[in-house]
Amino acid sequence: MQCVKLPISVRVEINLLLMAVTGLALVTRLYGIHFPRAVVFDEVYYGQFLSLYMKQVFFIDESGPPFGHMVLALGAYLGGFDGNFVWNRIGAEYTSNVPVWSLRVIPAFAGSFCIPLAYLLVVELGYSHFSALGACMLLLMENSLIVQSRFMLLESVLIFFLLLAVLSYLHFHKARNSSFRWFWLMICGVSCACGIGVKYMGMFTYFLLLGLTAVHTWQLIGDRTLSHGKVVVQVLVRFLALVVLPVIMYIGFFYVHLTLLYRSGPHDQMMSSAFQASLEGGLARITQGQPLDVALGSQVTLRTVSSKPVPCWLHSHKVNYPIRYENGRGSSHQQQVTCYPFKDVNNWWIIKDPGRHTLVVSSPPRPVRHGDIIQLLHGMTSRYLNTHDVAAPMSPHSQEVSGYIDFNVSMPAQNLWRVDIVNRESDREIWKTILSEVRLVHVNTSAVLKLSGASLPEWGFKQLEVVGDKIYKGYQQSGMWNVEEHRYGRSQEQKERELELKSPTHSDIKRNLTFMAKFLELQWKMLTVKNEESEHKYSSSPLEWITMDTNIAYWLHPSSNAQIQLIGNIVNWTIANLALVVYCLMFLTYLLRRRRKVEDIPQDSWEQLVLAGVICVGGWAVNYLPFFLMEKTLFLYHYLPALTFKILQIPIVVEHLYIHVLKSPAQRKAFGVVILAVLCSVYVSYHNLSPLTYGQPALSSDELAALRWRESWDILLRKR
Amino acid sequence: MKLCETDSGKYTSVLQLPGSVLIVPQATLGGKPKGKGMQYHGNIGKDEGLKLYDSFVSHCQNELSAYTSAVRHRKTCKTNEGAECLSQPSSETSNGANKRIPKRAGHLSSPSRDDHVPVYTLVLVLVLSVCTRFYKITEPPHVCWDETHFGKMGSYYINRTFFFDVHPPLGKMLIGLAGYLTGYDGTFPFIKPGDKYEHHNYWGMRAFCAALGSCLPPFAFLIVLELSHSKPAALIAASLLIFDTGCITLSQYILLDPILMFFIMGSVLCMVRFNTQRLRPFSFSWWFWLLLTGVCLSGSLGVKFVGLFVILLVGINTAFDLWRLLGDLSLSLLDFGKHLLARVFGLIMLPLFLYTTIFAVHFIVLNRSGPGDGFFSSAFQSRLIGNNLHNASMPEYLAYGSVITVKNLRIAGGYLHSHWHLYPEGVGAHQQQVTAYLHKDYNNLWLVKRPDNSDDLTGPPELVRQGDIIRLEHKETTRNLHSHFHEAPLTKKHLQVTGYGINGSGDVNDLWQVEVCGGKKGDPVKVLRSKVRFLHRSTSCVLCSSGKTLPKWGWEQVEVTCSPYVKETPNTQWNIEDHINPKLPNISLSVLKPTFLEVLWESHIVMIRGNSGLKPKDNEMNSKPWHWPINYQGLRFSGVNETEYRVYLLGNPVIWWLNLLSLALFVLMLTVASLAKQRGVKMEGMRKVHCHTLMEGGGMLLLGWLLHYLPFYIMGRILYYHHYFPAMLFSSMLTGTTNLHLLFSSSISHHLMRGGQFILLLGFIYSFYLFHPLSYGMRGPLAQDPASSMAGLRWMESWEF
Repeated sequence: MQCVKLPISVRVEINLLLMAVTGLALVTRLYGIHFPRAVVFDEVYYGQFLSLYMKQVFFIDESGPPFGHMVLALGAYLGGFDGNFVWNRIGAEYTSNVPVWSLRVIPAFAGSFCIPLAYLLVVELGYSHFSALGACMLLLMENSLIVQSRFMLLESVLIFFLLLAVLSYLHFHKARNSSFRWFWLMICGVSCACGIGVKYMGMFTYFLLLGLTAVHTWQLIGDRTLSHGKVVVQVLVRFLALVVLPVIMYIGFFYVHLTLLYRSGPHDQMMSSAFQASLEGGLARITQGQPLDVALGSQVTLRTVSSKPVPCWLHSHKVNYPIRYENGRGSSHQQQVTCYPFKDVNNWWIIKDPGRHTLVVSSPPRPVRHGDIIQLLHGMTSRYLNTHDVAAPMSPHSQEVSGYIDFNVSMPAQNLWRVDIVNRESDREIWKTILSEVRLVHVNTSAVLKLSGASLPEWGFKQLEVVGDKIYKGYQQSGMWNVEEHRYGRSQEQKERELELKSPTHSDIKRNLTFMAKFLELQWKMLTVKNEESEHKYSSSPLEWITMDTNIAYWLHPSSNAQIQLIGNIVNWTIANLALVVYCLMFLTYLLRRRRKVEDIPQDSWEQLVLAGVICVGGWAVNYLPFFLMEKTLFLYHYLPALTFKILQIPIVVEHLYIHVLKSPAQRKAFGVVILAVLCSVYVSYHNLSPLTYGQPALSSDELAALRWRESWDILLRKR
Repeated sequence: MKLCETDSGKYTSVLQLPGSVLIVPQATLGGKPKGKGMQYHGNIGKDEGLKLYDSFVSHCQNELSAYTSAVRHRKTCKTNEGAECLSQPSSETSNGANKRIPKRAGHLSSPSRDDHVPVYTLVLVLVLSVCTRFYKITEPPHVCWDETHFGKMGSYYINRTFFFDVHPPLGKMLIGLAGYLTGYDGTFPFIKPGDKYEHHNYWGMRAFCAALGSCLPPFAFLIVLELSHSKPAALIAASLLIFDTGCITLSQYILLDPILMFFIMGSVLCMVRFNTQRLRPFSFSWWFWLLLTGVCLSGSLGVKFVGLFVILLVGINTAFDLWRLLGDLSLSLLDFGKHLLARVFGLIMLPLFLYTTIFAVHFIVLNRSGPGDGFFSSAFQSRLIGNNLHNASMPEYLAYGSVITVKNLRIAGGYLHSHWHLYPEGVGAHQQQVTAYLHKDYNNLWLVKRPDNSDDLTGPPELVRQGDIIRLEHKETTRNLHSHFHEAPLTKKHLQVTGYGINGSGDVNDLWQVEVCGGKKGDPVKVLRSKVRFLHRSTSCVLCSSGKTLPKWGWEQVEVTCSPYVKETPNTQWNIEDHINPKLPNISLSVLKPTFLEVLWESHIVMIRGNSGLKPKDNEMNSKPWHWPINYQGLRFSGVNETEYRVYLLGNPVIWWLNLLSLALFVLMLTVASLAKQRGVKMEGMRKVHCHTLMEGGGMLLLGWLLHYLPFYIMGRILYYHHYFPAMLFSSMLTGTTNLHLLFSSSISHHLMRGGQFILLLGFIYSFYLFHPLSYGMRGPLAQDPASSMAGLRWMESWEF
């Protein structure tokens, strides 16, 4: 009789529990998220991208792929945000046009749904609903997760996708014979892609899942009851769902990103000229309709292909190198040639045929081809680009590059340059605007015109040094130049020419890069552009995270002591550490004893324990340990994904201890009491810290000082 | 192993013979494998053995024929020993031929034909490698590349002056010893590459390195022989190393690498040998190889920290071995404990002991003050003869008006330092820099003054006591040590420390309170022995050295900050090292001598700091790990121009690319083999054996290659091409193993296989002939020039010869 009744009643119970924890999660995460109406911590960082999304202006953010920004932008879009807000300072009041609630609601929802996911995950790992409930309670009362979910930040979204990926994989793995399981595998692939799309950190969990899949697949391959064909199909499907699908989705994020952002903006300069030309406004407006083929007599600006340290244009001005440098070395005292990171009329050069004196483009134009010898004449000062055997100012092993002035000191002009088109397809290729990457090789010394990377001191106006590199080898971006702005020179007279140079370029053709080329360039820039990483006031080292010796102040009320701090629930963190140690000890003991054929627990429980360990301890390890190898600035919030997995570990260890280790009822009873006591203290700790989590009510200085449980916490006290 | 002779007279493996009972004479169990053959000693006489054996076999046959009518007795295989036999009854019912029948069967003490060949080949390998390494060893007669460091450090050992280096001391000690024994007197200064040696005896040190380098090919030969049991494979592996120009060049100069590689290969060889002893635990040879592994491990760690990778390799191998033993239920836990303890002793305790011994010798030999003093604590320096702290005599208590140097107590913490340079704009206040500096310098001197400028210059000096408020004036620039509410340049949580004021005049932010750790108010401050903290009066922070290196504007010295966290850590503790006050009587101070363990610990911290401090400089082309296996770019050992004698460290491209190819091939074969195994594909005879060798032996070598290569990807320090060479050794050995299987698994005939191997060898020799000027030096035009002897050999744009 019970058999009939039980499934029904049980089913209802699950739903209720799940509903209850979801409801609680929504309450704790969503309650009053429009407070404070001010920029909180990293909102200042993500906000600027949000505004650019709203205005559809191109940007590049090297901290992560664009999916995370898009998720936040969705909130802004739904809330009707117009993007008009200056994101410059943490604590700045939002203006009335900023829909604070809808900006913050998506991360808050994502953070809330982590709780039911955790519930399902624990159940899926084969543990009881009690344990699942316990895991939810602990996560519900974890102050750090609450804080991180309540603002326009990405961690909660990331954790959501990570949990979803793990859950769907387990679902797939457990449901051996249902045809629905392939759907779960797809979900797993999709959420892995989303996780990585939010932050590169998602990669760690993705690799863990790939490893797990590999092991499971290996077992499958070893299953000799399956035919070869079936095995191949199984492997192939897994490969498609977990490798091909995420890659396609990842590229898809960039496709959406680049489609949405079609206007030129503040980050244009980091990209190549061709890329910039594909954006609306900016360079595209200038370069539209420029002549494509560079000809003798063309007026051009030459931009370095390399963007290190900054993108810049070949430049000269009417100032000479100092006769002697600070360290006593001498120079040629000829006109300086530098690289200048801003647009300037002094960036214009005229390409001249060494054999003729004309400076205008003959008709028909005589294009410059690969291997041609040219002279480069500075448009404003009419000096020839020259290099000679004089040490360069900052890099003495290279040659100085100058605008040639004849001082009659038996230093002849050496101003012939050979055009070497690097990305040529044929040996007689024509030099093309924007598209050709050109190396300028000095004819007399075979030195290559190159950006040295050093900046000149005061006498060079802190512009970048340009040198002739004699021992140039291989492919170096710093030695490549491309023509960015280009027009055909029409006037012979210097005066008219100056006027011509100052007028904007014009005419119209449109060149478009393919999406793949744009994607690869953007991705490459994101991975290679390094911001000057310096220590932040609230940055911390991974070692401090385990014991939570650090915190981050997110926001402080302008007048009172009310503040929001990223501080975790210290009881949670402690028992999580404890559970980790217990698990490792338990695992090792079982492992060694099983090797001696002593089986303390049944095979099923052992496998269950191992799988739980791979997910939880493994999830913690892959999301935590790699940070020791990273050189970027790290913050406490980087630890939150690892923490989530670590907290999931607690009920699993507890349940195992309860069932397999504690034998007598008395022990179990005592253990139950301990668990209750711990849960209570978790609640107490949560409650005490909640003013710092929710930012209200404002506490007095004494109360705040009492909350400073660790000496290393920086809790802000307003001095009266 | 092919031991058995078949009917046709060919040798073949036991596994390929039909039959189900193998009679193994007791003597065979006592044999020692020597290459492909066996050697037997101390057995019964030949004739007697044969008699006994024959009677045993006939007994067996009788027994069997009693059970079955059809006994097909094939010709027993006559192996090198002549007494080992196969008896092949077609039925499995026999139990008479129990292997454990206690019976001495015959023996044959004369080693077989096969046994000789490895010895000859080994000698050939050795001779060839010695020839290639010692040829033109004295050329060029000037300092090449890093000889300037390691030669210099060898001289330091001869002169017994103390120095600091980021590597452990064994390699340099051996170089010094070799120089000493061959009559080098340690007087050559080794200032920069290109300096002529002239009359100095440098060849001994080079010859020592070359001698160790010459051992690598024979070692590779033995290792591959042990792993694959195939002489051609071993020969190929050895010849890869013999004819590699990179290995030759690296072995010919005074460098640490040949020594390091010697110990690495030694460890691997001993480990492999030890593995083969697994059937005879706790025998003499078992112990011998175990302990020798330990010795080699300590040697490789003692030369460079890269030795850790081979320790890891041996560790993983041992862990697997122990895991296997643990799963062997016939072994009692007690026995397992014995195994465990033996390995702990041989592979952990012994190397550790030897390693510390190396350091002990290092510290005993180097007892004079030298260029490395400043990196170490005051206590350490007092050990060194000639250091100003050795038997120091100075005023005992700190007094006003004294000139002092202040040293941070953090290990490898520097002296409080300032100089005529300001913090750049945008970094806190635009005031004079205060840093911590590791070297002794006049800019480390500070003057202790009263807070109110009321210094009484005439009266008797007054002592500084705990709780006193003082100012510290920088002697050279007359600015006061100062702090204020500005972020420190790197540690943003701390406050900036600057030099402020002119000629000693300053403001309230220049005041510091002296606190002696563990002292009471009013205690005087002992020079050298007191741990002092300086509390800033107005911001109540404490003077701290964060240990972070400032960027270029700070001359890469160490950041000094004022920490608001007042916990007592070595970072915030300082001691007074030099103390000059003419008005006070000098007292001889016996500074607390540090114990050996403290010294050891301190020197390791200093070395690790030094290692991680070797960061690649901006705008400098540096070598990337992915360059290495493809032989992308070499290293200039000597000479740049056309007129100079040029030596260029570059691997023989034919060999290196072959290595790369076989690596890919091996991974492919491994995948296929393990897939086949997992799918349960039946494999017969030789193929199964090969598969096993491939996975076991090749897998070990692959692991070795990975362990010596991959870690470089996550290393922050500056990397060079020559870091790849230990990994290259493994990859060459892997090539040997792989090629064997490549040629075996295809069913081509014996002769064709031999022919293939022969062509391969010829290829190595020819490519060596082409590229040998890289190692043995070249003059004349560079390779771009058609007139050069190397014309046409610059196969990659990036090679610079």
